[in-house]
Amino acid sequence: MDSEILIEVSQLSRHFFRSHVSSALNNSDQTIAVDNINFTLQRGEVLGFLGPNGAGKSTTMQMLTGNLAPTHGSIKIAGMDLLDNPIAAKAKIGYLPDTPPLYKELTVDEYLNYCARLNQLAKADVKPAVSMAKERCGLTEHGKRVINNLSKGYQQRVGIAQAIIHSPDIVILDEPTVGLDPIQMIEIRKLIKELGQTHSVMLSSHILPEIQAICDNVLIINQGKLVFNASIEQLKQHMQTQTLQLSCANPVDITQIEALEGISSVQQNGEKLVVHCSFCEDLSQAENNQAAFIKISQQLINLANQQQWGLYEVFPEKQTLEDIFMSLTCVEAPFIPSQLQEQEQKID
Amino acid sequence: MIKLIALRELKSLFLSPLAWAMLVVMQLIMCYQFLSQLEAYLQLQAKLAVLEDSPGITDLVIAPLLGGSAIVLLLIVPLLTMRLISEEQKSQTLVLLFSAPISMTQIILGKYLGVLGFLLILVIMIALMPLSLLFGTAIDLGQLFSALLGLTLVLASFAAAGLYMSTLTRQPAIAAVSSFGLLLFLWIINWADAADVDTTLAAGGENVLRWFSILNHFEPLLKGVFSTADIAYYLLFIVLFLVLSVRRLERLRLPH
Repeated sequence: MDSEILIEVSQLSRHFFRSHVSSALNNSDQTIAVDNINFTLQRGEVLGFLGPNGAGKSTTMQMLTGNLAPTHGSIKIAGMDLLDNPIAAKAKIGYLPDTPPLYKELTVDEYLNYCARLNQLAKADVKPAVSMAKERCGLTEHGKRVINNLSKGYQQRVGIAQAIIHSPDIVILDEPTVGLDPIQMIEIRKLIKELGQTHSVMLSSHILPEIQAICDNVLIINQGKLVFNASIEQLKQHMQTQTLQLSCANPVDITQIEALEGISSVQQNGEKLVVHCSFCEDLSQAENNQAAFIKISQQLINLANQQQWGLYEVFPEKQTLEDIFMSLTCVEAPFIPSQLQEQEQKID
Repeated sequence: MIKLIALRELKSLFLSPLAWAMLVVMQLIMCYQFLSQLEAYLQLQAKLAVLEDSPGITDLVIAPLLGGSAIVLLLIVPLLTMRLISEEQKSQTLVLLFSAPISMTQIILGKYLGVLGFLLILVIMIALMPLSLLFGTAIDLGQLFSALLGLTLVLASFAAAGLYMSTLTRQPAIAAVSSFGLLLFLWIINWADAADVDTTLAAGGENVLRWFSILNHFEPLLKGVFSTADIAYYLLFIVLFLVLSVRRLERLRLPH
């Protein structure tokens, strides 16, 4: 069961035509929103889809759910091709788009009943499905309310309830926690984790800690290209910091720090010291790097104590999502003309 | 599934004041026309009784009433159909239908039948007025039903054209104006015919223009002349615009 593949995406691309040339990448008048993406989603997996605004997350999700037709490439949902057999494939998917598709003049119950019937649930199954979805999304007490009168957070919950109402194999959530307060965010994350036990979940976000908290695997997309596709553990290793920040009350002799093994450079900025360590860039060495980083930190603290620098603050500099994008996109070869030519030939 | 979408459409219509307002306004105007025509008929009745083969109450009251309601509805139906797809596109609820395991044809048919349901309610309410004459006099029921069928077919054609216009734009107002324009144009297209009456050369063209006119196929039905060609015109008209709508909906997903 573990290895059952529910989504298989290969060489998926989507181009948008434009009237004017805007991107230096394209000679023709089109923008490539999603460029040659491949990935799979297995049963019971929670897949995080991470990328800055405009990276192509929503476009990819719209293609997965049949809302946009791909320019080329294929999408297989539970072994069925989405383009050849859209109705059977769509029955396996629950989708929450970035704007929840709510009929605001209906009450929560009416709306969820309608969604359940739309997803081909038998009449007898509708009632239990609706109450189940409401319970999971914390809407039990709001069934009789008109959706328009609910707060944005609750509307978002109705959107999620709509996506899981027919217990689909795959739940696709486009930025599910946007617009929620912190408590609701935690609840929704909990809900997604629960969903991950019985369904496969794919969710997009531009918030790194959110993805770290819920997902098993991560896809990072930037400017339509997949730049990272691995487990969350590997992402954590990738994020491993190589920079320490120290704050000392007394004057510090930088040369003593630079003399330590494994330190590449030190910058001084008033009381603050920024210490860069140099490790092997190889990801497979990550565990060694981690140990080396701890060792250097200890050495530094010891040194500070001996020299009585008045050390009062040490912390590893956290890498932000932007840093990771930067490092990932720089590792990738940014521009390969031969590939582009191939693509243009395909378009013709 | 089609029924489900149709019922929701109908329900949403009645949840908004628009549907109620339309029913009220329609009924008031038609009532006024009905009563004034009845009044005129009563004044003429004595003179008509003398004539041989004179037109009856069905010709003088009911046919103009139903013809008049078609014109009023020409204004109203675009307002009804304008939101069908364009509003769903605007509020991004179309995604719900696109993501559900249903086909584009089912979506269009569901939407169409929903509006048609509302229009049937309108027709029934209008039909109540002529039927009320049964209390006082005999009317030509055959002609009445032929005229009602004609009115229903005209409205169904209006709705199909309106639905297609609604798939073309995200702005309901634009959908309303353009479907009104299209329908009015198709209504008056045979006017060119009247202007060109002398030129025998244009005879072929006249016939074509005449044939395209919605009004031209409605008039025989109002008079009680039931012709397959007229019915076929309306059915073709409806099917054409429904097919165009399905195609258009499918195109929404393609690269553009």
